Parts: sequence; C-alpha cells; structure tokens
Amino acid sequence: MTVAAQVRTPEKIGGLGARVLFDRIEKRYGPVIAVDEVSLDIAPGEFVTLLGPSGSGKTTSLMMLAGFEIPTAGEIYVDDDPIAAVPPYRRNIGMVFQNYALFPHMTVGENIAFPLQMRKIGRSEIARQTRDVLELVGLPGYEGRYPKQLSGGQQQRIAVARALVFNPRVLLMDEPLGALDKQLREHLQLEIKALHDKLGVTIIYVTHDQEEALVMSDRIAVMNNGRIEQCGGPTDLYDEPETRFVATFIGESNFIDGVLARADGAIGYVEAPGLGSLRAPLKPGIAAGSPVALTVRPEKIIAHDNGASSHLNTVDGTVADVVFVGEMRRYVVALPGGQRLVLKAQNRSGVQSFNRGDAIRVGWSVDDCRLV
Amino acid sequence: MAALTHDLQGADREGQVARFQHLRRREQWRYVLLLLPAVVFLIAFYGYPVAAMLTRAFYDPVPGLQNFEPLVTARSTVEFLGLSIPMNAYIRVFWITLQIAAVVTIVSLLLGYPVAYALSSVSASRANLLMIFVLIPFWTSILVRSYAWMVLLGKEGIINEALLAAGLRTEPLVLLNTRLAVYLGMIHIMLPFMILPLYAVMRGIDRNLLRAAGNLGAPPSAVFRRIFLPLSLPGVAAGCLLVFILSLGFYITPALLGGQKDVMVSMLIQQQISLLKWGFGAALALVLLILALGIYALFTRVLGVERVFGSART
Repeated sequence: MTVAAQVRTPEKIGGLGARVLFDRIEKRYGPVIAVDEVSLDIAPGEFVTLLGPSGSGKTTSLMMLAGFEIPTAGEIYVDDDPIAAVPPYRRNIGMVFQNYALFPHMTVGENIAFPLQMRKIGRSEIARQTRDVLELVGLPGYEGRYPKQLSGGQQQRIAVARALVFNPRVLLMDEPLGALDKQLREHLQLEIKALHDKLGVTIIYVTHDQEEALVMSDRIAVMNNGRIEQCGGPTDLYDEPETRFVATFIGESNFIDGVLARADGAIGYVEAPGLGSLRAPLKPGIAAGSPVALTVRPEKIIAHDNGASSHLNTVDGTVADVVFVGEMRRYVVALPGGQRLVLKAQNRSGVQSFNRGDAIRVGWSVDDCRLV
Repeated sequence: MAALTHDLQGADREGQVARFQHLRRREQWRYVLLLLPAVVFLIAFYGYPVAAMLTRAFYDPVPGLQNFEPLVTARSTVEFLGLSIPMNAYIRVFWITLQIAAVVTIVSLLLGYPVAYALSSVSASRANLLMIFVLIPFWTSILVRSYAWMVLLGKEGIINEALLAAGLRTEPLVLLNTRLAVYLGMIHIMLPFMILPLYAVMRGIDRNLLRAAGNLGAPPSAVFRRIFLPLSLPGVAAGCLLVFILSLGFYITPALLGGQKDVMVSMLIQQQISLLKWGFGAALALVLLILALGIYALFTRVLGVERVFGSART
C-alpha cells in the first residue's frame, strides 16, 4: 500500500508547520525489525496519529524523528531537508514525553527558559516568551513553582509549553495523556486540538488509545508489527477498514468467516457455513473461491422481525447474552454454524428488546459491511 | 444493613474506635520490639565502652581539662601557601589528617565519577557484572591490600625492579613511606565508598530528562552541565562525606605506607594508648570525633540532609 498517495491536505495550510516525510524507514535491533519500511507523508500543519499496540513500532518511529534513534535504512525529511543523521539538538523539533520529563531541579520558568537559553536568546526576551507561553497553556504566573508542586495535568501543560516555546515547526507527542485520569484526558485532548488549530504546527502524536486517535487526528496511521496497516482519516478507518487488524483495533467489529463464492458487479457473495449467502461490496484482490471475512460494526446491525429486504443481509439466531449499558443494549447472538455476532440496540421506545434465549432475526445493510 | 448501621452508633461505635486504636498501638510496639535487640547490643558493647573511653579525657590521671592543654600551647610553625602559621605538633597532626582526607576525597571523586557514570549508563545486567570489579577490592582486607602496596612500591618492589631491569633508572625510586604511597593506598581503599553512592544516585536519574534536554537544543556538554551534574550532586555529597569521614580515622594504611611526616590522628592516639597515656589518647579521640561531627553538620547544613542521603527522585 502506498501511503504517500493518500495525503489529504488540511485546510489550515499557511501556519508554521513543516512537512514531514518518512521515506522507507527501517529500524532493526539485531535480528528484530522494529520498524519495517515505513513511508508516511505528513502535510504542513497536519495532525497525524501513529496508533498501534505496544511493540508496533510507533514509538520507535517517533524516536527516529526526534533523533534519539538512528534508522538502519531510509531517510526522514523535514521540509525537504534529510535529518536522519542530524543530532537531536540541531533538529528544532518539539517533543512532549510520556512522563513529561520536566527537569525536577528547575522551576517551571527555568524549564521553559531552557530551550531559549540554548538558543542564546536574551534574558528579557526569555521572560516575555515564558510569560506568553504560560498564558497560552492556561497557567499564567506559574514560573516560580517546581514541577513536583504541580498536578499531573498541570505538569502536562508545562511540558507542552516547554516544547512549544521555541516555535518548533513540528511537535511530537508520545502518549502525552497516558498518565492522567479519563476525565482530564478528554479535556486535554480538546485543549491540544484547539492549540493545534491556533498554532498550525505539524503534530505527530503517538497513542495506543484508538478513541483518542479518532477524536484528535486529521489522519491516523495504524501500525502493527513495524508496518503501517492503513492510513487515513478517522471516518475512513472506522467505516472502511482494509485489514482485519484495523477493523479490530479501531472500534468493535464482528467477523463472519466464509468463502467468496462469486462476484456480481460490485457485489461479492460470501458463503458462510449455516448462514447461506451474504452480500458485501467487492474489494479488488480477492479471487472467487478464496477464504474471506465479512466485517460489520455492532451498531450497524439491527434486530428486526419483519422479513428480509433487498439491501439487507439477514440471519436468524438466538440471543446468547444481553448487557444493559444505559444508552443501549448489547446483544451477543449465536448463529447457526457456531459463529457469533455482537450488536448494539439503542435504548429508546420503539426498539424491541430481547431476553436471553429469544429467537432473533438480525440484519445489516450491504453497504455497511466490508470484506477483509 | 440498617440494623448494622444502627449498632455502630453510640456506645458500640466508641468501642470500635478504641479497638482500632489498640490495634494501631500494638503495631507500633511490634516495630519497637524489632529494633530492641540491635539497640541493646549497641548500647552494651559499643555505646558504653566508647563513652567510658572518651570520658577518661576528663579524669585520667586526675580530674580536669589538663589533657587538652598540649593541643592549645603553640610550639612550632607551619608553612601554608607562603604563610607561617604557628601550630603545635599535635595540631599539625590534625592538619595533616585533614589534608590527607581532603586529597583522598577529591581524587576519589575525580576517579570515581566517570566510573559511576559509565556504570549507570550501561544496562543493569552489565552494570551488575562490572560492579563486581568495584566490589572485589572492597571485600579484600585493608591489611592485605596495604601489604600488597608495600610489595609493589618497596625499594626491591615490583615497580623498582622493573625500572632497574629496563634500565630506566640506575637506582631505585623512593616510593614506599611517602605521602604518595599513603594517597595511593587510601584512594584504592576509598574508591568503592565513592562509587557506590554516586552510582545509586545516577541510576535514579531518569534518562528521558537527558533526551528531553537534547531535544530542547542542548548539545551533550550542556546536557551534562545543566541536567546530569546537578541531579548527581546528592551522590557527590554522600560519597565525599563518606570518604572524608572514613579517611579522618584511617590507621593501618598510613602506618604501613607513610613516612615519618605522615602521621595521622588515629596513629597518634594509638601511640598515646601504647604509652598508657589513656587520658591524652581519649582527649585526641574526642577532638577527632567532634571534628568529624562538625564536618558532617557543615555538609548537611550547606546541602540539606535530604540532598545528602535522599535520592535524585523527581
């Protein structure tokens, strides 16, 4: 899959963000391949998230961009300048670390002044810029405090302030909200996003939290085993997963395993044991007769009992489990042939509810499922 | 549930509070009991004899302060930085002791800091392996090591034999019974005491801080100067304090390797005791103890106890 072809240029070009290009980057540790020929073209001012489980190569990719790791092959460009061999302190790339990495022996003011001192900026200018950036992150007047006197959320903001104060054209964030509780995390997600909109800096964000990735990113690169499985906007990834891994990692997915029996125009017919023939939009590259999985999101399945309709796949099953989650009910449906489906039905009047053991007929639109 | 809540109000609730207090107190007593054997041992076999020895300074052979008199009556002068300072022979021994302790401390720091830095930079498993090389000499008897230095440095020692055999010298160098030999022997013994606290503190320094500094534009020299060095200072303070105070009381090494001018306080004390001048020996020991405590107090006052014995935690 060529990633470079998929760049979606964001509307807010013209900020101070730089273009970042990973060109077939590879990183090996002995025989272990941590990053395997990753190519990624990030537009100026774009917010791109590297999403994946631990060990997928997302942090290693970020470390190579920051300069803490040197790739074994390939090149990284920032605005057309190759930087893979440039030492970190000459890269001018901001970074927010997972545990913030604030210098414990320095005050907030000294922490923020540090990158400016390294750039030989005058004292009064440093004081002014420190004040401005603290204003920006919503902590004015905190210059004299020590990091350990701050809450986790405040430390996180100071880390962002320190990474932004020297006006880097690229900002890297390595699971910056991982240590915070859920509520604060959601609040700061929106704050970081607002900051991004305001400054126009290119942000490359690493997380294993798919919800966070969906909320914040212009584009998400889903990584697995050192490779990018799929790269695209949040909606593309959610609605059109290209691989089983992407369908599983982002959101919840059902898979019905079967064999592609035949193709008819844009529609493929999947024979699944005990379920008959199910229809899905055809995907190039799958030959008739090969094993395939049909994937569909739980919220796109509806329980209904008024017969089949022309663009619905319908199957009959038995309710194996019901969980009431407040705004919806989550059903596990056992299908003939031994496979199972999860579906989510909204909790509102007019939606029939079922109990464990009830017979149920469920269906989903042909357009709402994918072959992987 | 309602019945239970009701029960716990009023007298029963007070009873429960008292019961918890009782449990807490029992827990505290358990810790006291755990400490007791060691405390009793120390008081009986260490605290009492030391106190008995030191108090002799005030009554042996007769009650009074006459044992301290020799320390304050000046008899000779000493040259220091071009100045002639009046100083009696005993004070001079204290002065030499401080000098030796200071030199040993500074050189141990200069030698030990890079070693600790290297140990703290490699993986923990490799560091444990390398640490054995620091600890083997540490586990070898001081006496054995001091004799080993005599074998190396003597007139017919290995170094002189080698120099003569190679034709680099026509007559042996005087290495043994010099201040240099004292420094060599003492630094050799003291290095682990410097390296261990330095290493412990340096291991605790979050490597991400160094990466962050680099990311913020600091070249390696600035990363060291602005981040690593300040964060390692508690280890420097702990190591220096340990080495300096241990050096003040050194006896065997300077006695075996030093010359006639390299008399340290503990040698002087031993000399007085062997002449059965218990009172004067005790007076010298008391002054040494006060000196050590004073230096300790100065260290902790200037740096703060937490910085000396705390870690580099963030």
